[in-house]
Amino acid sequence: MSAWWSYRPEDLLMFSSRVYERLFVLHNQALWPAQPLALALGAGLCLVLLRPTAGRLRLVALLLAAAWGFVAWAFLWQRYAPINWGIRYVVPLFALQAGLLLVLGGRRGGLALPSGSGASRGLGLGLAGYAVFLHPLTAVALGRGLAGAEVFALAPDPLAIATLGLAAMVRPARHGWALLVVPALWCLFSAATLSLLDGPAAWPPLLAVAIAVAARLMAPG
Amino acid sequence: MASEPHALTRRQLLGGLLALAAGAALPPCSAVAEPGDILTRRVPATGEALPLVGLGSWITFNVGDDPLLLASCTAVMAAFFAGGGRMIDSSPMYGSSQATIGHGLAELDAAERVYAADKVWTSRPAEGPAQIEASRRDWGLPRFDLLQVHNLLAWEENLATLQAMRAAGEVRHVGITTSHGRRHAALERILREADLDFVQLTYNIVDREAERRLLPLARERGIGVIANRPFQQKRLIRRLEGKPLPDWAAELGAATWAQFILKFIVSHPAVSCAIPATTRVDHVRENLAAAREPLPDAALRRRMADYVHRL
Repeated sequence: MSAWWSYRPEDLLMFSSRVYERLFVLHNQALWPAQPLALALGAGLCLVLLRPTAGRLRLVALLLAAAWGFVAWAFLWQRYAPINWGIRYVVPLFALQAGLLLVLGGRRGGLALPSGSGASRGLGLGLAGYAVFLHPLTAVALGRGLAGAEVFALAPDPLAIATLGLAAMVRPARHGWALLVVPALWCLFSAATLSLLDGPAAWPPLLAVAIAVAARLMAPG
Repeated sequence: MASEPHALTRRQLLGGLLALAAGAALPPCSAVAEPGDILTRRVPATGEALPLVGLGSWITFNVGDDPLLLASCTAVMAAFFAGGGRMIDSSPMYGSSQATIGHGLAELDAAERVYAADKVWTSRPAEGPAQIEASRRDWGLPRFDLLQVHNLLAWEENLATLQAMRAAGEVRHVGITTSHGRRHAALERILREADLDFVQLTYNIVDREAERRLLPLARERGIGVIANRPFQQKRLIRRLEGKPLPDWAAELGAATWAQFILKFIVSHPAVSCAIPATTRVDHVRENLAAAREPLPDAALRRRMADYVHRL
């Protein structure tokens, strides 16, 4: 595209809010009854982050890796890419994130959680809890109904926000930063898209990135 | 699609000659009133009459494989054809829009009715033919009526591909597009030098830069003009909503701002058609109704533009 920098952001948006909302409705219809299972897995993730052990943390990393792979295939590739050709370039990033979680979470000592109740831990837990239990309800708050809910492990935003929660508090810090990059980029991309489609919906992913970065900076090395 | 067989029969040859004669008897871009029908204007290159209002597909037809939204788009297309519309314009850049159009054409059995306008959109010209073939499969047509180089992208090489296809009878017309008023200087040079049937550019009652040089040049060179972004992707309509239409809009047959704007666009003698996009059946009908008599003359067009400018 020539002179792309001179286009307004809304000129680059190639689908309507109605089409975007219907993506989640159709996705949920196709996957039902996976949603209760995904919620149960999300609740398990929050419990592990509350009471972590090395073994449980490895399990969480494996679960998240599988979820990043699944969302990349089932949502991004199958549903989102047909209406947004740019998503084809995002799918490898999701695969990279899945690989990072496997490599860092799968090896002994790759990921650890600080004991105690520091601010970074609280913020990280808050992000994970929000992603699993509250984010699906934003669809209701925005008048889209539960049929269009974005559910952890099935849709990209809650998955990215939950992963930001983990990345905000894990040790060592360099592994936390490494795990933070792709979810933060996705949340920024999603916030930009949502701000063009439906202003208020852009805030959760945007705030999640700000909170995760702040928590990461506060976290002990 | 108004497809033409490769081997002409005598009747078709005579019909074509009559059409050419009719075209030669008229100024290159005169609007042709046919009672009961929407107004048409002849494609300068061939004399073929095309309705003054077509149908765009940017955003509105990018609905993926959602059965509900596909049915909604098919209803829009049905209303478009029922109202006398013919040209539908799309691009490989528009996500799933081409497949949506193909779905609608198959559902409505409308391949013979549509004037199919698509684009080649690649910076790697060697990939152009494969992209065009993929687009053709999505539309489900034997060939396109018009292929355009999208946004001047690698235009020299891509246009050469399209011209070769035209020479081989694989497409009827070729063109080039821009939008948002961009690269008009380059476009002017292309209009002067290249062998084109159509140019597509942004033209509406507030984006009038094309009036200065491009529209007169297109008319002089016998190049049809397709006006995109007639409503600035709804921004113009939103801006005018709530403001009163002038009393004299009724004399124009313009009952809404959309019709007021469309009548302004298609009444320019260089414009072949405008291509508003919509998801609504009532808007398709409203848009097509703008392509009926009366159309404003030059003095009234100035008055229309001044009125909107003052708002």
